[in-house]
Amino acid sequence: MAKVQNNRAWLLVLPVLALVAFSAVIPLMTVVNYAFNDTFGNNQFFWNGLGWFEEMVRSERLHAALGRQMVFTGTILAIEVPLGIFVALNMPKKGFWASLCLVLMALPLLIPFNVVGTIWQIFCRIDIGLLGRAMTALGVDYNYTNDPLDAWVTLIIMDVWHWTSLVALLCYAGLQSIPNAYYQAARIDQASRWDIFRYIELPKMSGVLLIAVLLRFIDSFMIYTEPFVVTGGGPGNSTTFLSIDLVKMAIGQFDLGPAAAFSLMYFLVILLISWVFYTVMVARDAGETR
Amino acid sequence: MAQITLSDLAHSYVHNGAETGDFALKTLNHVWQDGGAYALLGPSGCGKTTLLNIISGLITPSRGRVLFDGVDMTESPAEKRNIAQVFQFPVVYDTMTVRENLAFPLKNRGLARAAIQARVALIAEMMGLGDILDRKARGLPADAKQKISLARGMVRESVNAILFDEPLTVIDPQLKWELRTQLKSLHRELRHTMIYVTHDQVEALTFADTVVMMHEGRVLQTGTPESLFETPAHTFVGHFIGSPGMNFLEAKIEGSRGVINGQCFPLGASYRTASGFTQIGIRPEYIQFSADEGLPVVVKHVEDVGRRRIVHAELANSPISVSVPEGQFFDNTMARVRFMPDKINIFVDDWRVQGEAL
Repeated sequence: MAKVQNNRAWLLVLPVLALVAFSAVIPLMTVVNYAFNDTFGNNQFFWNGLGWFEEMVRSERLHAALGRQMVFTGTILAIEVPLGIFVALNMPKKGFWASLCLVLMALPLLIPFNVVGTIWQIFCRIDIGLLGRAMTALGVDYNYTNDPLDAWVTLIIMDVWHWTSLVALLCYAGLQSIPNAYYQAARIDQASRWDIFRYIELPKMSGVLLIAVLLRFIDSFMIYTEPFVVTGGGPGNSTTFLSIDLVKMAIGQFDLGPAAAFSLMYFLVILLISWVFYTVMVARDAGETR
Repeated sequence: MAQITLSDLAHSYVHNGAETGDFALKTLNHVWQDGGAYALLGPSGCGKTTLLNIISGLITPSRGRVLFDGVDMTESPAEKRNIAQVFQFPVVYDTMTVRENLAFPLKNRGLARAAIQARVALIAEMMGLGDILDRKARGLPADAKQKISLARGMVRESVNAILFDEPLTVIDPQLKWELRTQLKSLHRELRHTMIYVTHDQVEALTFADTVVMMHEGRVLQTGTPESLFETPAHTFVGHFIGSPGMNFLEAKIEGSRGVINGQCFPLGASYRTASGFTQIGIRPEYIQFSADEGLPVVVKHVEDVGRRRIVHAELANSPISVSVPEGQFFDNTMARVRFMPDKINIFVDDWRVQGEAL
């Protein structure tokens, strides 16, 4: 039967378009408005063209925040991905302990972000926190409120604690889907443990691993709540990541024009990187089924 | 190369199955001669794969011993046994090329580079993989992947045995026939002991010199394809082999005569009267229709299967099928059947009994 082309079918998309317009596009347009205009109050706007964008692209402050952001995201990916794989490889395959592991590992993922921040804020305080007191008692000079390195270490450990489970659970799912015959064949071929990982497990879980990296990248690149609760971006500006800087600029200083330009570029960068990931994944899947 | 002996072997997957008698594989003694081509035939779930995995060392049996040339290998793991195994679904190393896939088991055993190259080239040629040797294994179609698995099984020269676990399940019928023929000729050339697990009687009967027929964890019969067809040791073998399977009819045996429903017919041998449930077994191929001789039947329907017709009928209220070859006359007026006396087997309580020659 020949397919009937009926362009009126596009009308069926209208409700969704309307919904998205109200929930996302129109609010975004106000940001666009601020990004291209200047205002001195009274809702009077003056066209500023790409002025704010130029200012932001040249801004030392934004460069510094971007640099910190990249170091942070790079560090947590470099820790969480290998650690997640390692945990997944060592989790029990079935039975009571497997279920217990799954539940325990899912717990950090279920805690609201600001609660995670609060937990670590208190846990690491040198006056009442268990970890902070213990470190001090051991003679370690640790204080995340005035030492930038300590603040960084605290935030990274917190993020690893919070999110490694996600990587591990995804990898675990990937590993569970490998048929037993692969391991049996590897034994018969006298493959070493490393060979099994390198030639069976890693290729078989590369799909979910890519998703894990993508999720962790986006999330950590937009991280706000936890570091805001723990360090508030300090000491100084040492843990002021992009989102924290953006909020400081928009709400702290009320520089809405530069902040709007900043957020648009921020959004586009994340969109671009996600698109690259998506393209890579789709190309990979196409190669698989060809 | 080795002779593989299974001695008093039994296996249970349940923790304390040995006590409760919950066996996946019941006590079994068997010798796999060096260089033989064996088929392990039986329906799904009869313990074929368990037996195969015990031979390759992937499973340690609950009881009994596995000997390679008289050396006890029961406890030695798969890596140490020098056995090759091909699985039901293709197992390939995705990120390697076809060539690397074939070389992998050889490389792991530390063979010289030149030797590996020569061997890989030879086997790839035999399996028809020559053209795609440098392609990545990922993305190849399922049948090509299974060819890689088969080739990887065959690539090691000095293996004790090559085990195939229903290796042609994912292959198209046409290619299946081709690959089976290839395996058979490889066996003739390389003279490895090959054990081929299948639930497909055609595969088993065409591949093997010796067929081991299994059912519910037990070996029912071991023999040539011909002996399984002509003289099945158990009614299940008779049912399973042949298409349609052997006919079984309850009968009284009186010396060299059989009696069904008061009607007599001659047997090919003489039997002592035995107690128990007695049946005669006769293949559809060895029954002839006749207008005036033999036992009366009621024809139910006729099935045309190409070169012959299968007639489904009833004899003394039991179903019976008769194979009528192409060109042989048959019509509805022929309401009697004659059994070829030499081809009648007698079963008491499902096991075949041997008669004395007349």
